Amino acid sequence: MLERRAFLKTLGGVWVLFVFDEGARPQESGGHGHHWNSEELPQNVSAWLHIAPSGSITAFTGKVEVGQNIRTSLTQAVADELRCAPASVQLVMGDTALTPFDMGTFGSRTTPTMAPILRKMASTAREMLVEEAAKQWSTDRGSLTVGDGCVRNRASGKTVGFGELAAGIDWPRMIGKDDWITPATKWSVAGTSVPKINARNFVTGEHKYSSDHKLPGMLYGRVFRPPSFGARLVSADTTAAARMPGVTVVRDGDFIGVAARDEHIAEKAVAAIAAKWEEKPQISNAELFSQLKSNAVPLQSAAQSANTSLKSTYTIAYIAHTPLEPRAAVAQWNNGKLTVWTGTQRPFGVRTDLATAFQLPETQIRVLMPDTGSAYGGKHSGECAVEAARLAKGAGKPVKLIWTREEEFTWAYFRPAGVIEVGSAVTQDGTLAAWEFHNYLSGPSGLETPYAVPNPSVHFHPVDSPLREGSYRGLAATANHFARESHMDELAAAIGMDPLAFRLKNLTNPRIRAVLEAATDRFGWHNVKPSSERGFGLACGTEKGGYVACCAEISLTSSRRIRIERVVEAWECGAIVNPEHLKNQVEGAIVMGIGGALFEAIDFADGRILNARLSKYRVPRFSDAPKIEVVLIDRKDLPSAGAGETPIVGIAPAIANAIYSATGKRIRSMPILPSFQV
Amino acid sequence: MDLVVNGTRSRVAVDPERPLLWVLRNELDLTGAKYGCGEGQCGACTVLIDGIPHRSCITSVGAAAGKEITTIEGLADGSRLHPLQEAFIECDAMQCGYCTPGMILSSAALLRKNPAPSEPEIKEALEGNLCRCGTYNKIVAAVQKATHRMSAEAKERHHA
Repeated sequence: MLERRAFLKTLGGVWVLFVFDEGARPQESGGHGHHWNSEELPQNVSAWLHIAPSGSITAFTGKVEVGQNIRTSLTQAVADELRCAPASVQLVMGDTALTPFDMGTFGSRTTPTMAPILRKMASTAREMLVEEAAKQWSTDRGSLTVGDGCVRNRASGKTVGFGELAAGIDWPRMIGKDDWITPATKWSVAGTSVPKINARNFVTGEHKYSSDHKLPGMLYGRVFRPPSFGARLVSADTTAAARMPGVTVVRDGDFIGVAARDEHIAEKAVAAIAAKWEEKPQISNAELFSQLKSNAVPLQSAAQSANTSLKSTYTIAYIAHTPLEPRAAVAQWNNGKLTVWTGTQRPFGVRTDLATAFQLPETQIRVLMPDTGSAYGGKHSGECAVEAARLAKGAGKPVKLIWTREEEFTWAYFRPAGVIEVGSAVTQDGTLAAWEFHNYLSGPSGLETPYAVPNPSVHFHPVDSPLREGSYRGLAATANHFARESHMDELAAAIGMDPLAFRLKNLTNPRIRAVLEAATDRFGWHNVKPSSERGFGLACGTEKGGYVACCAEISLTSSRRIRIERVVEAWECGAIVNPEHLKNQVEGAIVMGIGGALFEAIDFADGRILNARLSKYRVPRFSDAPKIEVVLIDRKDLPSAGAGETPIVGIAPAIANAIYSATGKRIRSMPILPSFQV
Repeated sequence: MDLVVNGTRSRVAVDPERPLLWVLRNELDLTGAKYGCGEGQCGACTVLIDGIPHRSCITSVGAAAGKEITTIEGLADGSRLHPLQEAFIECDAMQCGYCTPGMILSSAALLRKNPAPSEPEIKEALEGNLCRCGTYNKIVAAVQKATHRMSAEAKERHHA
């Protein structure tokens, strides 16, 4: 906790320290570190908030900023409760030495869980400040108001600053209470489009990402990689590399890497290493889907008299997150203590990874996460941090390691591929009569159907993944919505019913109905006329407390080349915290979703990624971005849910359904290529 | 060799084949230009050389020696931001911000060549710059906003 003590000294006042030490101690013992949940988070205000004698306000969260703009939204929450401007709140994020433990920034959990905690702590602090002012002035607290970092006596007009009041409060005993949290209907800072905090640092290049961090005497690292997944090192000759000026070769088991005085020499040194590997045969993507289905459950016959029944199979390719900033870490050892700056969604998890790798207690390790060049669920793991620390340990100097794009494509992890089989039946009046849904490998998120149907049978079947798989924005909700919403369209077509009317007939959930109606109204669904050159499709769904409906308009040329012309998406996630940033998330999710819908797919064989470069793996560019209209529904009566993920789930089925409306050809694969050109 | 970066001349003793990106970042501590792909595909490393956008990850430092190099750190006029920088902030034209320096420099080069670009012209000029967060439409809006502001300022200067 030395770091926190030193840090707070720079803010002024150290009263937080004692409480934080007591409150935080259990998190420091390895046994508890991984298993904390929200009930076990520190309840003392001072673990989360500090008001210096100068009046400056600092809040602390283990959540991290990767472009989703939670630095802004959480600052809004604190500023709201303390009735001050967002600019007067500094937010310390994702620093294992300064912030309370956090599992990680994933699952759209920041807005529904972290914002309420910070609101609880800040509102408790506010009430204590008012109480202190009332005591100092011997007046009734009802006559006092809070604003601009001060408590004001309405009658006398006297004001006293937070800093001055804070000094008189026994913060170490202060436990956060839920009693004074401001309801959304009374928000003043939240609910408005506060611009991105520190945006200026991003447009000037001043912001230091992990990959920009530099320490005195720092070396540049590079790792010698195996030729294929699972390859075993037989022998390696590193003498030529070790002879290069200023190069340290670091070997640790199968790990071989170099640290050099610049990145150019490091690259040459790694290229000079010769090794023999024992490789093992592995499947290619050509065999993938048959392998995933090798133990498939036969679909029950959904056919009943007077019903129309359907069976369809959908496939989803592996895709890569491709964060523009690849994994990067700067590691520094100092008297047996390790400090690592790295871009990760789980700074505390990476600390555990480092503790395990180096047999160190977690108290000896500090992981800091500077605001990072995106993640999309792809930066949960800490391998780059461990490698940088290994190199720094071996070289005896700080080391920076930035993964190359090829490494990021190959040695990170992928959104899992999958096969989804759907069987269904519908009556002639459009009532869903049977629903059976089997997902192989891709995952259980968004598996349940929101449509009313008797005895739905939905199953996720875990299957061994030939490639390393992990989280991705929206997880399998994208795949499951693609299959479900495509299949709903197939059913509507089978009985000759309008896709919107068919969905509304089978939907009871009022929040999905509301977004579906909002999106189709704005889109003009009732007036569209598909032709062989124009197609229109829609999809809707819900996941992680968010409700989405998406309409897409596509154009086709005779060469079967498609273009997404226009997308309208309606989105509802409870009370809106920052309308502009929310729109930005929804638009970004649509653009990212277009990549997975149209052309992104990992090509692999023999344990190698065959398209591990941006020149071979296409991601959406300016020309791929359609006109996008976002319709936001603000439900101040409902708690805010996260919005970084679920807005991605509607676009792929909406596009596939639009293609069907124009061509009569049903798309059952993500991506759509090569069935159509894009 | 001599490098002229943002109006300042520096002498660097480096292998002339080394990519300009890494010399800027690791020798001159100008980290605004980012590594994204190493093959000129993403535009995160964009810098201006004699006013023309270049992918510094595939430009050898030797080829840039003696020429006027502009990085994002040199775009503002002291503490006064370039209109593109202001517009990117005002239009919320970023999420993680990693592509932003490259986007702004590519846009600055466009506006120097074409002070009133159409939307298709903006998109075409920026096609080589990737934003994985998908803020493309907001970036186009920001460039348009900066264009309007710059042309209004130019008119004012003309009348003054």
